[in-house]
Amino acid sequence: MTDLPDHTAPKLAEKSRLRAFLDSDIFFAFKRSPIAVVSTIVVTVLVLSAIFAPLLATTNPFDSASLNLMNGFTAPMAPNAFTGETFLLGTDDQGRDVFSTILYGMRISLFVGVAAVLFAMVLGITLGLIAGYLGGWVETIIMRIADVQLTFPSILVAMLIFGVAKGITPIEYRDQMAIWVLIIAIGLSDWVQFARVVRGATLVEKRKEYVEAARLIGRKPYAIMLKHILPNVLSPVLVIATISLALAIIAEATLSFLGVGAPPTQPSLGTLIRIGQGFLFSGEWWILLFPALTLLTLALSVNLLGDWLRDALNPRLR
Amino acid sequence: MALISVKKLNRVFDVSKPWLNRVIERQPKAFLTAVSDVDFEVAPQTTYGLVGESGSGKSTIGRMLVGLLTPSSGTVEIEGINLASETDAGKVDAVRSDIQMIFQDPFASLNPRWRVRDIIVEPVVARGGDATGLAEKLLEQVGLSALDAGKFPHEFSGGQRQRICIARALSSEPKLIICDEPTSALDVSVQAQVLNLMSDLKDDFGLTYVLISHDLTVVRHMSDRIGVLYLGRLVEEADAEDLFADTKHPYTQMLLEAAPQMDGFGREADLPEGEIPDPINPPSGCAFHPRCPVATDICKQERPAMRHLGKSRVACHLAE
Repeated sequence: MTDLPDHTAPKLAEKSRLRAFLDSDIFFAFKRSPIAVVSTIVVTVLVLSAIFAPLLATTNPFDSASLNLMNGFTAPMAPNAFTGETFLLGTDDQGRDVFSTILYGMRISLFVGVAAVLFAMVLGITLGLIAGYLGGWVETIIMRIADVQLTFPSILVAMLIFGVAKGITPIEYRDQMAIWVLIIAIGLSDWVQFARVVRGATLVEKRKEYVEAARLIGRKPYAIMLKHILPNVLSPVLVIATISLALAIIAEATLSFLGVGAPPTQPSLGTLIRIGQGFLFSGEWWILLFPALTLLTLALSVNLLGDWLRDALNPRLR
Repeated sequence: MALISVKKLNRVFDVSKPWLNRVIERQPKAFLTAVSDVDFEVAPQTTYGLVGESGSGKSTIGRMLVGLLTPSSGTVEIEGINLASETDAGKVDAVRSDIQMIFQDPFASLNPRWRVRDIIVEPVVARGGDATGLAEKLLEQVGLSALDAGKFPHEFSGGQRQRICIARALSSEPKLIICDEPTSALDVSVQAQVLNLMSDLKDDFGLTYVLISHDLTVVRHMSDRIGVLYLGRLVEEADAEDLFADTKHPYTQMLLEAAPQMDGFGREADLPEGEIPDPINPPSGCAFHPRCPVATDICKQERPAMRHLGKSRVACHLAE
C-alpha cells in the first residue's frame, strides 16, 4: 500500500469505565449544577435511610409489643406527660414514633415507585421497540392502545386496575397482595410514555445503515432490536424513568391517601398522610406535616434530578 | 459463469397518501418506479460500476442485490441462487455470507455503542464462527492498528470509519461486496486512499465489486465495466475504456461533459440541462428526450430497446 495511514489519533489503552465517566461531559455538567448536586445528595440520603430503616428507626412501629399507648400524641421534642419519653418528630395516636413510621413508610413508597417504574419501563420498551421496528398493523394496534390509554388520567387507570385486582383476590390475601397490585396498577398506567419515546427513537435508528448492515448478514429481528437498537434508544428512557419515578411515588401516595393503596399494616407515606390529616384540626399537626414534608422533598428532588438529566442529555440545550 | 445475473429487474414503490386522504381528495394510488427492466451480469473478480444522478435507482438496485429489498418483478441471481425465492435456508445462508456491503455514510453505518472489535466480527459471530484475533488482523489489513479494536466508532475520522466498514465487510470472507457510494461522504484527500485500499484488497482477496457512484472519475478509476442509469433504466453499458473513448448515449455524453477535468481550467463546463424528470409520471418514449440535444420525433413516441453495438449495449434510437 502506498497511501499514508490516516490514523493519527494517539494509541491509548482502553480507558477504565470510571475514568471515562469522570471525564465525560455529563459529569462535568453535573459538577457545575448546584441543583443537580443538592438533589442527588438529598435523594441518596433519603434512599439510604429508607434502606437502612431498621437500623435508624428508634422503634419498630409495626411491632405492637414495643408500642406504648400512653405515648400517644406526644408533640415533637417534648417529653410525654405520662412516660416522660421524648420523640424527635412526636408520636401518633397509637404512640408510634413518627420518625420511625416515616422511615418505614418511605421504604414502601420507594419500593413501590421503583418497582412500578421498572415494570412500566420493561413493558414500554418492549412494546415500543416492537412497534417501531416491525411497523405495520402491529404498530397500529400497540400505538392506538397507547393513545386510548392517554385519554384517561393515569391515576384513574391505576384506580381502575387496582379496583379490578382487589375484586378478584380473595380477602385473606388482599393485604399481602396490595403492594404488588399497586405496582402493577401504577406500572400499567405509565408504560405509554416509554413506549412512545422508544418507538420514536427506534424509527430513527432502524433507518441507519448499521441496522441494514446487520440485516444483510441475516440477523434475526429480535437480535437487531436487542443488540443494535436498544442500546441506542436508552438515553431518553433514562430521563423519562427518573421523572416517572417522581410521578410514580406521587401516584402511590395519592392512591394510598384515597385509601385504595398500601394497607394500614404496611403504611406508605401516602397512608401516613391520610392517617395524619384526621388529626390536623385537633391540633396534632406533626402527624400530618412530617410525612407530607418527606414526600415533598423526595418527589421534588427526584423530579429536579430528572429535569436536569433531560437538559444535560439534550445536545440542543448545551 | 457470471457471479451476479440480473434479469428484467423492476422495483415499484407505493408512494400513495394514506387511504383516508386519497378518499377525500379523490386521488388514485401513486406509484414510483425506481428501477425498470434492468439486465446486467457481473463476472467474478471484476468491478462493475453503476452510475447515475440522484434518483436514478442505483442504490435501489444495490439494495436488491444484497437482499435488503425484494424486487417487484424480475430476478437477481447470485451464484445461481435467487435470494428472494430460494427456500433452502442453507443455500440462502451460504449466499448471504458471500455478499457484503459498504455504505455511504460512515457515521451511520457503525453502531455507536459497540466496540470496533465487535462491529468487525459480527458477520462471523452471528453465524457462530470463531473470531479470536480476527478483528485485529483485519484492522491491520485495512491500514489501522490492532489496538484500535477496543475503541468506539466516535474516536475515528470518516476515512478511518470507512476502513472499519471495509474490515467488517471482509470478515466473513465474502466473494462479492456492493459498495454504495463508498467515498462520497469523505474528503477528496481521503477518497483516493480508500479507493486504493479497495483495489488492493480486491487483488488480495479475489473480490468482486459492484460500485455504485455518481462520480464518474471514481467509477472510471475502479471499474472494468460500467452501466449508466437514467430514471431507473440502464441506458448504456460498456467496458470502462470504451465508455469514455467511444461514448454512445447522449446522456452519458452529457455526464462526461459536466464532469470537471484537469485540462479544462478556464474552460466553461457544460452543465447538464434540465432536471431528472418526475419518476411517478415519466416522460413518454425515451425518458431522456426532454433533455436530449439530438432528440427527434421517434424519441418522444417510442421507448428505445437495448441494442448491442460491438461490446457495448445502448438504449438509444440514434446511437450507432
